[in-house]
Amino acid sequence: MNINWKWDMFFEAFPYILQGIWVTVGLTFACFLFALLFGFVWVFLRRIKFKPVNWLVTWVMEFIRSTPPLIQLFFIYYAWPMIPGIGVSLTSFESAILGLGIHFSTYIGEVYRSGIEGVDKGQWEASTALNFSTRQKWTKIILPQAIPPTIPMLGNYLIIMFKEVPLASTIGVVGILALAQTYGTDNFRMLESYTIVALIFLLLSYPSAILINKLEKKLNRRFDKKAAIQENKGAVV
Amino acid sequence: MVDSVKEKNSSGSYSSNTGPIVEYKNVHKSFGDVEVLKGLDLDIYPGEKVALIGPSGSGKTTIIRMLMTLEQPTSGEIIVDGKNLCHMEKNGKLVPANEKHLREVRGEIGMVFQHFNLFPHMTILQNCMTAPIQVQKEDKESAKRRSIEMLEKVGLGDKLDNYPSQLSGGQKQRVAMARALVMRPKIMLFDEVTSALDPELVGEVLEVIRDIAEEGEMAMVLVTHEMDFALEVADRVIFLDDGVIAEEGTPSEVLEESDNERLQQFLYRFRS
Repeated sequence: MNINWKWDMFFEAFPYILQGIWVTVGLTFACFLFALLFGFVWVFLRRIKFKPVNWLVTWVMEFIRSTPPLIQLFFIYYAWPMIPGIGVSLTSFESAILGLGIHFSTYIGEVYRSGIEGVDKGQWEASTALNFSTRQKWTKIILPQAIPPTIPMLGNYLIIMFKEVPLASTIGVVGILALAQTYGTDNFRMLESYTIVALIFLLLSYPSAILINKLEKKLNRRFDKKAAIQENKGAVV
Repeated sequence: MVDSVKEKNSSGSYSSNTGPIVEYKNVHKSFGDVEVLKGLDLDIYPGEKVALIGPSGSGKTTIIRMLMTLEQPTSGEIIVDGKNLCHMEKNGKLVPANEKHLREVRGEIGMVFQHFNLFPHMTILQNCMTAPIQVQKEDKESAKRRSIEMLEKVGLGDKLDNYPSQLSGGQKQRVAMARALVMRPKIMLFDEVTSALDPELVGEVLEVIRDIAEEGEMAMVLVTHEMDFALEVADRVIFLDDGVIAEEGTPSEVLEESDNERLQQFLYRFRS
């Protein structure tokens, strides 16, 4: 049995499907930016010591992480507008940013938290002793130390999000997957179409992963980990 | 013993004969079930150099950490320059101080830590000049100039653009002192500043403290295990034992003449 593969159709489909790349990549970065910003919201909400708030925030985060992003997308796009009073009708692109952005912000919030917890207690004490305001402590002392070590982890989430973005085709975002579906059904060329989608993802994800790996090494050199650990060692009073 | 302190005041070896700059009034502090301070009463006068000695767990570090507002007293009051440190008045009642009140009082106090706590993401110069610019709103040029002067004074004028990770322990501690001094505090706290150093680096740090002490204007409270150094630099030595002041007086009174048994046991370890 011969495989039904037509190179001419492949080369015809490729530029057509590739048109969707800007939507796919654009949506990825939009979601990522949203998640990066909203991740901080989780960090600060979780730091509220008032028990009921703390409990509520933890529970909401757990809820968001334990439900599939696909269902969250459907809810935001199809179900939310149906709720009287608070229902808002968003475009499919906006829904995708909100849905995937919030979903991944819970993970990114945890990344930030691990970075912040990695900053030694002595750094807080020294900034208190120098009488920095709470805001200055965060912006000048704690976050500049907490965030750079998490950049490789954030980069990995960028790639993971890139691979989740095709979910948005289910609510009508026309990225490369949606175009491949259209081309495939219109021309009965499923094999070529979906191969092209897979290929495009591979061509983008793999070099990105290598790039992030390099960035990690570069960061490690600049922000000499050993020295930082030595600097922060102790502080157990 | 208390008389000797007053004597020193009237003889003018301290900067002024005004009241104390720090007053601890019946301060208690517990961590969980453990009471580390059992009703501390202590006055520190402007310009006075006080050494706190005592076995570990005797509460000496807690005393200065409370003054730096890193710990809250369980009960009692601390008055700094006439202002209540941990409490403020609200509608005629004393309530726990909020951050704004703490920042007002805390401005007069500086601290050097056992583990330096330099900011690893900043150069030595940035470590020193950031707080004057951000906290005291000092002009950038003048903060930079004063920071450089201070770093030269502690012998690190050639390391301005280095990062803390590139320095030795002794150098780091000297930067930490410059960083605190640039803020021009009225009271400086030293929390076992030589304990984390290799023995051969202790000298250079003590040298700097000695220089600062000789200038005289600042009150200094040193938690230390360097008995010879305490004898040399301090106006008053306080021996803490089990959460109370067990002995106090001039260095020679405490370190050489006292017959307090617990103190003798403690000092025995330091005598060769």
